[in-house]
Amino acid sequence: MKNRMPIVLLVLAVLGCLAPLAGLYPVFLMKGLCFALFACAFNLLIGYTGLLSFGHAAFFGTAGYVAGHFVKVWGWSPELGIILGAATSAGLGWLIGGLAIRRQGIYFAMITLALSQMLYFVCLQVPVTGAEDGMQGIPRGHLFGFIDLSSDLTLYYVVLAIFLAGYGLLQRVVNSPFGQVLKAIRENESRVLSLGYDVDRHKLLAFVLSAGLAGVAGATKTIVLGFETLTDVSWEMSGEVVLMTLVGGMGTLLGPVVGAFVIVSLQNYLADKVGAWVQVIIGSAFVLCVLALRKGIVGTIAARLQPKAINA
Amino acid sequence: MKQANKMKLSLVAGLLLSGISGFAAAADKDAGGISDGAVKIGVLTDMSGLYADLGGRGSVEAAKMAVEDFGGKVLGKPIEVLSADHQNKADIGANIAREWYDRQGVDMITDAMNSAVALATAKLTAEKKRILIANGAGSTKLTNEECTPYTVHYAYDTYAMAKGTAGTVAKQGGKSWYFLTADYAFGQSLQADAAKAVKAAGGEVLGEVKHPLNAADFSSFILQAQASKAKVVGLADAGGDIVNAIKAANEFGLTKDQTLAGLLVMITDVNSLGLPTAQGLLLTEGWYWDLNDETRKFGKRFFEKMKKMPTMVQAGVYSATTTYLKAIQAAGTDNADAVMAEMKKTKINDMFAKNGHVRQDGRMVHDMYLMQVKKPAESKYPWDYYNVKATIPGDEAYQPMSESRCAFAKKS
Repeated sequence: MKNRMPIVLLVLAVLGCLAPLAGLYPVFLMKGLCFALFACAFNLLIGYTGLLSFGHAAFFGTAGYVAGHFVKVWGWSPELGIILGAATSAGLGWLIGGLAIRRQGIYFAMITLALSQMLYFVCLQVPVTGAEDGMQGIPRGHLFGFIDLSSDLTLYYVVLAIFLAGYGLLQRVVNSPFGQVLKAIRENESRVLSLGYDVDRHKLLAFVLSAGLAGVAGATKTIVLGFETLTDVSWEMSGEVVLMTLVGGMGTLLGPVVGAFVIVSLQNYLADKVGAWVQVIIGSAFVLCVLALRKGIVGTIAARLQPKAINA
Repeated sequence: MKQANKMKLSLVAGLLLSGISGFAAAADKDAGGISDGAVKIGVLTDMSGLYADLGGRGSVEAAKMAVEDFGGKVLGKPIEVLSADHQNKADIGANIAREWYDRQGVDMITDAMNSAVALATAKLTAEKKRILIANGAGSTKLTNEECTPYTVHYAYDTYAMAKGTAGTVAKQGGKSWYFLTADYAFGQSLQADAAKAVKAAGGEVLGEVKHPLNAADFSSFILQAQASKAKVVGLADAGGDIVNAIKAANEFGLTKDQTLAGLLVMITDVNSLGLPTAQGLLLTEGWYWDLNDETRKFGKRFFEKMKKMPTMVQAGVYSATTTYLKAIQAAGTDNADAVMAEMKKTKINDMFAKNGHVRQDGRMVHDMYLMQVKKPAESKYPWDYYNVKATIPGDEAYQPMSESRCAFAKKS
């Protein structure tokens, strides 16, 4: 399994490079990549550590607002905006995670939900976010001060690079000894504790990593689209990322990527074809996945390809 | 077991295929403009959420009716109407708009329900040099901080709604006010605009109480409003909040000696509340189907198709589409700059507006109406909801140019 890792990354990179040339719309692809990275980050918690965070939108949205504000008002270049956004989210993750990991299961989920809802109302109230009008007109600017990002294609390859870096990092983390401990925590927490590992520190680190990467995704999305709105910090967004991960297959590295693209393309491409039915169709797709594809799209395919594999 | 697996596989294949066919359909290029053979109008709206009744399918139908009435062709080229559900998410809305502009050659987007979607689309529209005629969104930012030379804000805005109601009611004798305000930027700006109008008309504001967004229980707020003994209680909120506030006011008997004034109430809100609850409520509308013969004629035609009377947003979409097509005809091109210049110099006279005009900052200025919701006994037929209390001239209702914060319009 391990020696296949670089191959998967390479295939993703090649596919990613070719996608816009095949006539797919670059802005749509960028949005898909941002959500894919967001879902991958979320998957590190739910799929590999067994922690269901129901407040991940807080990290996604906060990074977006922070990056947007500094790029728009302070004139920072986009890469600094993204770094600062991600750092803020990681910090926030340390705070929220630090509190939430003290409880387990449903209580953990509720604490993350409650704290992210608090953040939602902060975003609704503070003047810099523009409340329900959103933070608008964030310029794409120049990467490192000299690469003009106003062309969709240039920006696309930058976003692709960010996504691949994030995906590569997650792949590395999951397959490291640290990742093994996370999986062990998922399977049997008390056993890990009895083996002498500091479970809380591992959980917290996973949480911070996940929050930081969700922040990278959120900040990148803000740069791509040029605005940030309350949608990204709302609980619906936290739910959507759960949906993406489940549809794609949680606990598989590729699953969230597939799930994110399925959901984003359903939302985008059905919007002008079926009108009001979009939500119903997305809902049915979710029900179908839960009923027929317990392991998600990628999980099911992987299980069919090698029936004896325990960890896909 | 094998069969079950096969079924699962075919499901996967089906899901993937549906994704692929979506890509394929979106990938066929065809650039727009009359030079490319068609004028394309995109109706970007909310079809499934909270604003679906205000705009939604009705807006799409209204745009289609306008195209039909125009003869289906402009300058000899066909007119197409596209529509999409942005699901109240700015990123989905902006992505659709972007793709419409880049790939489908859409020339004009209208409705643009939801302020965040409208503002995001406005930026994009200016970047791509097309035209946005916002009807569903209410934010005054569209013609102030975030104004562009390519935006027209058509049916209403929150300033005109708040000022129209507060100023006119105060002039007609409702001098003392108390505000029930949604506790975020939108509610506060609504209240500030209304309070200013009340004071300008010689009235006074006795106090205010703020409630959180999407509050479940309004009883304590209503009791405070009652205790204030103000003649008029102004509701500076919208959507579900205003509906709940009106219901609670009714249950607590506030409406017996005080009058409720909604600063942003739509006919769809009145329809969902029902006349027994909403009766006596004062509000401002930009258009009403039962104003005169012309509006009634449009209303009845619309009703036959949608089984609902049109809202001001839907009527606005009809009028905006017609205005846009007329401007293309007059300018002889669908070039956005030329069409915009034409729209800004021609008066709008149709069933929606009398002597309406598009100002430099993109604000379409037209008369507004102060309405009072009828008592159930006065309502003679379905959708017979309002008594017209006053007509507010457009120049009084809308924010004057002297207060405009629109940078480019100030310069010119």
